[in-house]
Amino acid sequence: MTGLAVRPQARPLGRAARRRTPSLSVGVVTLWLSLMVALPLAAVGSRAFEDGWGAFWRSATAPQALSALWFTLGVSLAVTGVNAVFGLLVAWVLERDRFPGKRALNAVIDLPFALPTVVTGLTLLALYGDAIAYTKWAVVMALLFVTLPFCVRAVQPVLRELDREAEEAAASLGASGPVIFRRVILPHLVPALVSGCALAFARAVGEFGSVVLISGNIPFDTQVSAVYAFKQIESDNIRGASAVSVTLLAAALAVLFALRLFERLRDHRGEA
Amino acid sequence: MAGRLVMRGIALAYLGVLLAVPVGMVMVKTFEPGPVAVWQAVTTPAALHAFWLTLLVTAVAVPLNAVFGVLAALVLVRGRSRLRPVLDVMVDLPFAVSPVVVGLAMILVYGRDGWLGGWLADAGIRIIFSVPGIVIATMFVCLPFVAREVVPVLREIGTEQEQAASTLGASGWQTFWRVTLPAIRWGLAYGVVLSTARAVGEFGAVSIVSGKISGQTETLTLLVEKRYTNFDMAGAYAASALLAVIALATLGLMALLQRRKDTA
Amino acid sequence: MISVTGVSKRYGDFQALDEVSVHVTPGALTALLGPSGSGKSTLLRIIAGLEVPDAGTVTLAGEDVTHVSPRHRGVGFVFQHYAAFTHMTVRQNVAFGLTVRKEPREKAAATVDRLLDVVGLTGFQHRYPHQLSGGQRQRMALARALAVEPSVLLLDEPFGALDRNVRNELRAWLRRLHDEVHVTTILVTHDQEEAMELADSLVVLNHGRVEQVGGPRELYDAPASDFVMRFLGPVTETPRGLVRPHELVVSAVPEPDATEAQVARIVHLGFEVRAEMESGDGSRITAQLPRAEADALELEPGQIVYVRAPHAPRPAEPDTEEDLVRV
Repeated sequence: MTGLAVRPQARPLGRAARRRTPSLSVGVVTLWLSLMVALPLAAVGSRAFEDGWGAFWRSATAPQALSALWFTLGVSLAVTGVNAVFGLLVAWVLERDRFPGKRALNAVIDLPFALPTVVTGLTLLALYGDAIAYTKWAVVMALLFVTLPFCVRAVQPVLRELDREAEEAAASLGASGPVIFRRVILPHLVPALVSGCALAFARAVGEFGSVVLISGNIPFDTQVSAVYAFKQIESDNIRGASAVSVTLLAAALAVLFALRLFERLRDHRGEA
Repeated sequence: MAGRLVMRGIALAYLGVLLAVPVGMVMVKTFEPGPVAVWQAVTTPAALHAFWLTLLVTAVAVPLNAVFGVLAALVLVRGRSRLRPVLDVMVDLPFAVSPVVVGLAMILVYGRDGWLGGWLADAGIRIIFSVPGIVIATMFVCLPFVAREVVPVLREIGTEQEQAASTLGASGWQTFWRVTLPAIRWGLAYGVVLSTARAVGEFGAVSIVSGKISGQTETLTLLVEKRYTNFDMAGAYAASALLAVIALATLGLMALLQRRKDTA
Repeated sequence: MISVTGVSKRYGDFQALDEVSVHVTPGALTALLGPSGSGKSTLLRIIAGLEVPDAGTVTLAGEDVTHVSPRHRGVGFVFQHYAAFTHMTVRQNVAFGLTVRKEPREKAAATVDRLLDVVGLTGFQHRYPHQLSGGQRQRMALARALAVEPSVLLLDEPFGALDRNVRNELRAWLRRLHDEVHVTTILVTHDQEEAMELADSLVVLNHGRVEQVGGPRELYDAPASDFVMRFLGPVTETPRGLVRPHELVVSAVPEPDATEAQVARIVHLGFEVRAEMESGDGSRITAQLPRAEADALELEPGQIVYVRAPHAPRPAEPDTEEDLVRV
């Protein structure tokens, strides 16, 4: 072997370079997020309550606003429910089934993320035109389209990593297909499914672009909160828009916080 | 195996009704008037300007967000700051905010009566109803993508490679460029593609802050809406088809990157 | 000369190191040996500068480096899980330290060629780490650490993630390498056999404290505590204290100082036989004896035998801290 020249003495160490604390990057990130996210949202909150709680309450619960809010929450909930079922089914077929064209299909799942929402609206209009345009069904279709990937993409990786041996063990113990699914597989999928549903719900509640064209925006019928807020901005009722925006924000945040809480509880239980 | 076929059938039918048929429909509708008409519709001065504006907004917003996203991911994964949980929530927040609320927020901060409005007006800077407003609104809606894609990758690669680099004499900067960045490159690329798709397609927030001045602050998505409300259906479909092509290209890139990410 | 003086490190409630002092001889291969949680890896990382101690100092060649960043310490560090740069080829990995130091290209290339030859990876230089076996990856990591001509080579459980066969092979290879290059080396391991086979000197750690320092033989023959004795090899408890099972003499007839015991189980280990016995007071004694001897005694379960230790056993000590607290 070769004579490797290893100097027995230490290299010159240079000046004592103390480890830098990453406070600079924390500062930059904090400042950026404050400017980009916190400041604008605070402005909305502040405007909503500028004229007092009573004024906020009156704006938020104006008959048309309230009707839009109930419709938004109801339709979002329904869409989330459909997503839970079909998201699970699609994820299952994509992970466990085998058929030609599966890979292309898997890529197409992300289409609603990639397609501009206004194009989505126009697309649905082109297709279902007279049949469902300007009805509540149109809103349902639009929201189903834009929220499709959330549950599928949440469940897929869990399903892929799932330990097949547990299923085989259950089968060897005499469990039938449906029983294995319900007792062995589903419990593992529930956390991912819940988080996918929460994201889908948050998205549905705030959705605007895909809904605005196809809903027809009929007050007390097909008008969702986001479109209602948009109309208020257009007619210069900024306080009304702010009040509705705050309710929308509150709904989305409540769901996301509930999700975090759920995840934390689950992690906690997992550790115990 | 009949159950499997039934499930496959239901899933495919659902996806077909929801995804494939509508997108195919737009293409069909687009090319109904003939390719010449389509070409004319997407090369009017207004359409060309909208196309370039969309490109410009994306070219500014996405790189800025990419730099910030990587920095934020580093702070979220490696930082020991007590602010971390708060920052974590703030990074995710734009996902939960309706585009309409984003637009409204922009007006309330940068508009004439907004928090910074007076100060900006004195400085002669116009943000609302002009391009900077569109850029800021776009940056808001795209903010989480890069950070959310990079965070899990950073977590997975751990710190050992970086520690090895430092024992080999690399400075913090060298370690970042030579070790950390190459290790997160596919996650970063995926985040950039998602941001780009969202930036190109953003409609609600942009529609509120832009003022929709044709030939000035009109992006592609706004053009689609304008043509639709003006009953120029052929023009609307043509512009939509252009956006749909961009979306399909994005999709292809995503699928490609996803595979790189998984094998890396 | 590496000196660690009075170093302490605490993670939350856990005292990883408690005023540890260790002095390492230049040119030697020293093993830090201990069970997991004993603080051995923390100590190594403190020497490398990857952790900063709460108290105490680290000096390398007479210079206080306690707060010097790892990049200025001139140490080579090898990680248990290789820490390979996954996006670089083998060659780029080995060259990394030279590249970031901006060494002249030709000189760096020559060094890398030499090292690839030393670790036997010349034919693999354009492969990526994921195309290598574990043993090859670890040899690459060693070459990478050696390329910057470190004054000290630090190895953190370098063979811990490898199969037994590869581990044994690499061990012998590392010892040969060390004998050739004579770079001061500190090796962390929880495997006493590995430490005994490789090291000139052993530092046994337990609960963040140094139990004993010495050569392999010294530690085996004269352990300073029950812990060291138990950790360095199998032991069995006799009524008079701790002994190694192979030191026990078993006979079929009563002898002076011998304890009467009943054979409970005979385990055939190939060349040797392990006899598990129970003495009159119910305590278990294990003896290990050559097969011929066992055959001569015709050992079988139920048989009454007489066991004695030729040397004085290590007297039982009140070894656990809990006992002391209770008193």
